[in-house]
Amino acid sequence: MQDGGDRYWSRTSGLMWTMFVLWLIFSFGVHFFVKELNQFQFLGFPVGFYMAAQGSLVAFVVMLFVFAWRQDAIDRDEGVAEDE
Amino acid sequence: MSETAKAAGSGDFVSNLGRIYSIYTGGFFGFVIVLAILEQMGVPNVYIGYGFVFLTIAVYAVIGILSRTGEAGEYYVAGRRVPAFYNGMATGADWMSAASFVGMAGSLFLLGYDGLAFVLGWTGGYVLVAILIAPFLRKFGAYTVPDFFAARFGGNFPRFLAVIVLIACSFTYVTAQIFGTGLIAQRFLGMDFTVAVYVGLIGILLCSMLGGMKAVTWTQVAQYIVLIVAYLVPVVILSAKKYGIPLPQLTYGQAIADITALEQQMVRQGLATVASLKPHTAPFVNYSPLNYFALILCLMVGTASLPHVLMRYFTTPSVREARQSVAWSLFFIFLLYFTAPAYAAFSKLEVYSLIAKGTKLTDLPTWIFTYGKLGLVTICGKAAESVQVVVANCGAIANHPGLLRHQELGINADAIVLSTPEIAGLPYVIAGLVAAGGLAAALSTADGLLLAIANALSHDIYYKMIDTKAPTQRRLIVSRVFLLVVAVAAAYTASTRPADILAMVAWAFSLAAAGIFPALVLGVWWKRANGPGCIAGMIVGFGLCLLYLVVSRYFPGYGVTYLGMSALFNPVTGAPIVDVAKAMAAPNAMDGWVTLAHPLASKVGWFGVNNISSALFALPAGFLTIIVVSLMTRRPSQELYDLIDQIRRPRGGVMMEDKDAAVVH
Repeated sequence: MQDGGDRYWSRTSGLMWTMFVLWLIFSFGVHFFVKELNQFQFLGFPVGFYMAAQGSLVAFVVMLFVFAWRQDAIDRDEGVAEDE
Repeated sequence: MSETAKAAGSGDFVSNLGRIYSIYTGGFFGFVIVLAILEQMGVPNVYIGYGFVFLTIAVYAVIGILSRTGEAGEYYVAGRRVPAFYNGMATGADWMSAASFVGMAGSLFLLGYDGLAFVLGWTGGYVLVAILIAPFLRKFGAYTVPDFFAARFGGNFPRFLAVIVLIACSFTYVTAQIFGTGLIAQRFLGMDFTVAVYVGLIGILLCSMLGGMKAVTWTQVAQYIVLIVAYLVPVVILSAKKYGIPLPQLTYGQAIADITALEQQMVRQGLATVASLKPHTAPFVNYSPLNYFALILCLMVGTASLPHVLMRYFTTPSVREARQSVAWSLFFIFLLYFTAPAYAAFSKLEVYSLIAKGTKLTDLPTWIFTYGKLGLVTICGKAAESVQVVVANCGAIANHPGLLRHQELGINADAIVLSTPEIAGLPYVIAGLVAAGGLAAALSTADGLLLAIANALSHDIYYKMIDTKAPTQRRLIVSRVFLLVVAVAAAYTASTRPADILAMVAWAFSLAAAGIFPALVLGVWWKRANGPGCIAGMIVGFGLCLLYLVVSRYFPGYGVTYLGMSALFNPVTGAPIVDVAKAMAAPNAMDGWVTLAHPLASKVGWFGVNNISSALFALPAGFLTIIVVSLMTRRPSQELYDLIDQIRRPRGGVMMEDKDAAVVH
């Protein structure tokens, strides 16, 4: 899914794949280990439960603000940002 | 009003948004305080309830009427002037339905850890929206999601398929919202259910008919504020009362520890059985790991495919703001979803405390009967309508100790949020506030869905496929007629209390995921995807998803005989949940359109996958079909490659201006 020699698009795709992998980790990866994580406590919560109830959600929100900021930086760098 | 004055007027409105909505929020708090004082002065509860419901609906209606418009751009995409922050709030209200507000905490109450699949699934999907879809759709500049299918995949057949998927996943959904308004108005105003449904219908139409997307946007922002305040206030009070800190999201760790202790205590006291009690934090006792993760996937991908959500990102002023706006959307949604598990824990703690202290059946609190009369609370197998009924029913059980026992108490998921203020003994004004919040959630989602359906019918079917020369005025009249017709049809369907339709809402996510997601994502990210590939992929993905849903639910015998389906598994023991051989030998085995009482209905499938997660099969099938068929047929034209390049770059304004063909094929 690459355009040969198109730097803007390869940087954009790179950011997309980074976010996609993080999404996989926080949607599925962490929760594969719920039983192991539940042996630990955080604020009184079993950690496996906490990750599904709050931890992953916080990660998603932070990821989206970081994504909007990074993609905007790429747009400006490569001269394809919209006019203000 | 002249065109310029109108534009100036709304420009003024947009630049004053902060002030306007701050005053509105302050006014809402003031209103709640006034009603609280009136309650203390002895005004009967039912008037407090009417005050909440009618005043909030009146405010939404005023916003809807002030936002009336005669311009297509305003009607379909709110003039593309909605700032990221406010579009985030509007999306929050658009997204969080009656089910999120009323049912989610209840599902978590009943399912414990496994219910968190809904919390994860309904939030994480926004990551996909932001990184794969929304900025590109915004750049393209469509009025509707099917617009993109037509331009990218060449012609009206892909558009038509997208409209079919859109209607399939949105209509059942909107029916459930109107049903929700009926349920809430019935409970809090004592209205007849059918009357309540039509009152809800009027509320919905007042918000959307005159101003389309513009009106829906600004009412949704107002509705978000009401619904989030209403959701947070009761549980913040509970947290402060119980643990001295008004941050339920932090203190419910302690509540969960207390629940675990009570679970063991109830078993020791003989007030709960090990079989009936599913520990709150234990994973995979209601869903197998496969079903848990499949559900998360289907809900997430479904979120990223539902047209009423995607179309909200058409309204931002720029591609940059579309991205920021997805982040704000998730933030505002997160505020409710990370509170829902706290809600569930606090109300579970109250209920378990009630059982563990050995409450006599003759001393049950009144909320049990309030909700028992609505059929939402059962004790000893029957609706808990009154003390006499409960005592009689439990008396029929041998050796019953006359105490409330865990295994005999049934609480419907919908009762949890609505009843928590009463369970916790809070004043009625809080219950009224919760009712107003639930109504706001249902009305705002219904508006978004209705608009998505009516716009698809008026813009995609009527304007783009039937009468391409229709003047703006006629297009907008047609839009409003469709809005009215669809709304009345949904309200009528809801008024018949269709159990089947309500159960189908959960299907919407898999259907949207299977029908829309592969074509949408490949359309942006893979230039080689072409029209025939898209058509084949949508038909295969959507068709397979629908087949799995309908066969496993309504024609299970056919599924077993012809499609190789077998029994689903018990998540704890791994044993089949139904004896298929025995059920297939019964005379009703090959019946069609069976009710849920049929021994095989929704109990068979492939690899033990619940039908709610049917996109698990349909998604890969859809992707694969698009890729294979595209590679076997002609590559798209150079013009189309250029179009995709333009979609991918934010600079340069929207590509599909109204009245112009998007691209020449």
